[in-house]
Parts: sequence; C-alpha cells; structure tokens
Amino acid sequence: MSETEHTPAIHDIGGIQRFHCTPVERDEEPPDAFGKRVDALRQLLAKKGFMTVDELRRGIESIPEAEYFELTYYERWLRSITTLMLEKGVVLPEDLA
Amino acid sequence: MSTPARAESVAHLERLITALTAKGHVSEDELALQQASTDKASPEVGARMVARAWLNPEWRAMMLRSGTEAVEALGISMAGAPPLGVLEDTAKRHHLIVCTLCSCYPRAVLGYPPYWYKSFSYRSRVVREPRAVMAEWGSELPDDIELRVVDSTADYRWMVLPRRPAGTEGWSEDQLAALVTRDVLVGVALPKLPA
Repeated sequence: MSETEHTPAIHDIGGIQRFHCTPVERDEEPPDAFGKRVDALRQLLAKKGFMTVDELRRGIESIPEAEYFELTYYERWLRSITTLMLEKGVVLPEDLA
Repeated sequence: MSTPARAESVAHLERLITALTAKGHVSEDELALQQASTDKASPEVGARMVARAWLNPEWRAMMLRSGTEAVEALGISMAGAPPLGVLEDTAKRHHLIVCTLCSCYPRAVLGYPPYWYKSFSYRSRVVREPRAVMAEWGSELPDDIELRVVDSTADYRWMVLPRRPAGTEGWSEDQLAALVTRDVLVGVALPKLPA
C-alpha cells in the first residue's frame, strides 16, 4: 500500500518510506538532565493518578506533524503532560505563563 | 544525534514543576527518588534472567510462561508495569523487538530505552528491512533463520531469550550473564564470545 493511498496517523511510522535511507543513529547517551526530569515527573504523576500512559500517548499522538518531527523525544512528552494537566485543571494557563 | 531540548522547553518544565509543587501535587524529593529508582534499572536484570534460563530448565519454563513472574522472583517490583513476555529464539527463528508507535520498552529489565530505539529510522525501518538494520549492528543472521519482528506496546512488553552460544559449556551464571547485552535482549545483536 502506498503512502498516498493510506496516510497513517503521525505516530504510526512502522514501515513508512520517509526514513528508509536513514541509518539508525547509534546514540548511546542516556537521557540528559531534562529528559530524566520529564521522565520522573511523568512516572510520579501516573503513580498519583493524575494521568495514565494512554493519556500520555493521546497527547503525543495529537501533536501536529511538523512539530512531532521537530520536537525531541522528551519535549513531546512534556508537551503531552502539559496539555493533560491543563485539560484536567491540575494547573492553570496563568501558572505556566 | 539526539539534540538537546530547547532552552524554552527546559524553562517550561521548571514552570510546570513549580506550579505542581506549589499546589502540593509533587515535591522535589519525590522527583529525586523517582529518578534514582529509574536510574537503577539496567540490562543486567535481563541478562541475569537469560543466564539463569540457560542453566536452569525450571527457571526457563517459568520465565517463558511469565516474564513478569521471573522479574519479581529477582526481587524487582513490576507493580504498575505492563506484563512482560519473553520470546525464545530457536535454531530456526530469531526475534527482534521494536515499538513502531513510540518507545514501549521493558524498562524494569533494560533501564531507559536508548535513543536509537526511539528514533524514527529504527521504528519505521525495522519492520521493513530488519536484516539491514541488524547489519548496522554487525549482526548477521543466516538466511534460513526466520526473523520475527515483534511490536512492543503500551499494554505488553517483550524481551528476547537468545540461544546460548556454543563454547560456553561449564560457564557460571555470571560468566554467561556477561554475554547478554541490552542489544542482545532487544534482538539487534546476538550473544558473542569475547575474542
């Protein structure tokens, strides 16, 4: 099936041609301080019942295409966590201004 | 390579944490504890499970029945984590794990997923040309071995139980565990004897 016949959702990239000539970047560095902090925050918010993994995914999967590929991995997480906390009223827009 | 987060993202994270802290939802102590516990998980757990499976048929059977049970038998809590399945390589079949949709990964037995596992190229290519991807790791799989690529999901995580390499007869569990790297547990590499 060609990509013109069927456009998968942005995160559904298994098999798409866009990266077929791109070698896998063998970066072995662990997450940086920012990444580890986002990671810890997500786990903590999940443990405390503020969000679930499925909600995190929904937030990531609804990031517009241009930004999805532009943001780093943990920036996508942060975007999703922020969206969820605002939607649920856990934090308010003015808290983040 | 993995680009660092933008300064504005770092500042945004701190504003979010400050707001959550001010409302009493999280604290810096809790964040530090959470990070320390995540930092502790490493592929050594998965390697220990595999080495034991090579030596102990009962352990092997239990681990194939429930990876989760095997992890917990090593004293590591899987509370809140999705079930862990173990894919057994045979003389005719090898397994390779990916999360095409994002980055689902058995963190309890492998630690943080590496950057490449989350990369767009790995996620998209590995289901189309897995042998080419493995070749980038210097891993060559004979043509007559079936290669099964398994998608790890938010609801079910996987690790590979590779074949025990020839020439390791009489080795101890520690010696065997040293052959089992993170890449072996994901399936992009095969256990290799030290040169």
